[in-house]
Amino acid sequence: MTLLNLVDVSVRYSRLTAVRGVSLNLKEGEVLFVTGPNGAGKSSLLRAIAGVTPTASGHVEFDGAEITGRTPEDIARLGFSMVPEGREVFGSLTIEENLLVGAGMHSRKAGWKAETAVDLESVYNTFPILKERRNQQAGLLSGGQQQMLVIGRALMTRPRLIAIDEPSLGLAPNITDQVYERLIALQAERKLTLLIVEQSSTRAVMIGGRMILMRSGQIVLDGDARELGNGEAMQAAYFGYEDH
Amino acid sequence: MLQIVFDALSLGSLYALGALGIALIFGVMRLVNFAHGDVIAFSIFALLWPSTDAMAIVFAGNLPWFLLIPFVLAVGAAISVLCEIVVFRRFRNTNPATMMIASFALGFVIRYFLLMLYSSRPKSISLLPILSQPVEIFGARLPLLQLITIIATMAILFGLVIFLRRTRFGLEMRAAAENFSMARMLGVRANRVIMGAFALSGALAGAIALIFGIQTGTADIQMGGAVMLMAFISTVIGGLGSLAGAVLAGFLLGAASVVMQVILPVDARPFRDAFVYGAVILVLLFRPQGLIAARGTKERV
Repeated sequence: MTLLNLVDVSVRYSRLTAVRGVSLNLKEGEVLFVTGPNGAGKSSLLRAIAGVTPTASGHVEFDGAEITGRTPEDIARLGFSMVPEGREVFGSLTIEENLLVGAGMHSRKAGWKAETAVDLESVYNTFPILKERRNQQAGLLSGGQQQMLVIGRALMTRPRLIAIDEPSLGLAPNITDQVYERLIALQAERKLTLLIVEQSSTRAVMIGGRMILMRSGQIVLDGDARELGNGEAMQAAYFGYEDH
Repeated sequence: MLQIVFDALSLGSLYALGALGIALIFGVMRLVNFAHGDVIAFSIFALLWPSTDAMAIVFAGNLPWFLLIPFVLAVGAAISVLCEIVVFRRFRNTNPATMMIASFALGFVIRYFLLMLYSSRPKSISLLPILSQPVEIFGARLPLLQLITIIATMAILFGLVIFLRRTRFGLEMRAAAENFSMARMLGVRANRVIMGAFALSGALAGAIALIFGIQTGTADIQMGGAVMLMAFISTVIGGLGSLAGAVLAGFLLGAASVVMQVILPVDARPFRDAFVYGAVILVLLFRPQGLIAARGTKERV
């Protein structure tokens, strides 16, 4: 079943076109890596889907509903949870408060308090370090812990899809391993759909799943991560050798 | 001596409440709202029937205190929310300078609206006259109002802290003040948070209007401007966007004004404000980010 469907989406910042007519279809439960060099338009694409950056043309459907031009909060409430680049924890709030912000969108429902407590406990089970430091300011956490916090915060929204922009940014390789390990375990456990942006394809090849490669705002390759691998076709596409 | 402490606290209270009203809105939308002072003026004039006489024709001002106070707070909140819906909403994604200029313009509109209805002459009003009676505490004689101002301000600050720390809406406001875009990506409704901030800010303006009106016994179209300037300076010294900083700086500024009034040589007293602003410059030279730098405004790396 299709969860996310992009048709000919473009994103423009005044004179610069960051995304050029991208069409993409993501099934429920799928793991998609979006890779590509700096400035390929990966983050812009993600931000456009999340409603943070307006789309210049094309349209976006989530779970069968048109979400083009809707506000970020509406899109989040439909089950699209975005973890932006640089993590963006609320540094002056405690860890638990950070998590609770994510739960707020369900506060109108009956039994919300009990459900939130359950969700909180489940995030704490996944990331015990967060429980340990629950009353500390989130700004004091290390980069890896912050990454876990924002994933936990996204989970608190009870998402159907988590879009995560460069989770490995600024993290030591072994910490990145830990983050991915939990992310993939969560995905399997909750039948989550994942949309992961990374510059390098290494991680995608390691973990497997679908991978697209973007360059100059367009999708240049789309296929199984392991099959595409780091082969010549992949490198050529990444660096754009075929232009010569 | 005690007299000075109370003077400093009550003047500081006014500045702190004003600064808080500005900081709340700045926190969620990076708008320095220069119309805030005019919201204060509006709140007090809402108690009077439109007329150009020097003696005010009181309309809601005769209400008993338990109705009068909610009425003024509600007027402040309502006009403030109205400003948001009619004006500031259209400027939400523009840069801060544009928003600031819009707020200046809006301030003028409110001021001249009042001018049209009430004329520029300050009007004498007597609200809750009982509060002007002096009371004696620890040997210091002070107006009951001064005491109530201080107590009310403490109560408001305490209430606000509870609200921000303990309620869901408060949590959302703090999150939005730190990183508005991220809060929205977590489903926090932008309109609700911003309107909440304007309502709170407007209610604070109403509180100032009430205190000021009782203290001076006049309703003056210019009255908002004086408090507003000091309140704005407080928010800057406190660290723009930091609520705690705004309150702290408001009290410091009040204390500085009162203390200078006492310790300056008589010949220098007329220039008290110059000394106060001099102190402000000194503070900003050493702490340009403000006493308590707000997180949301810091450079991100």
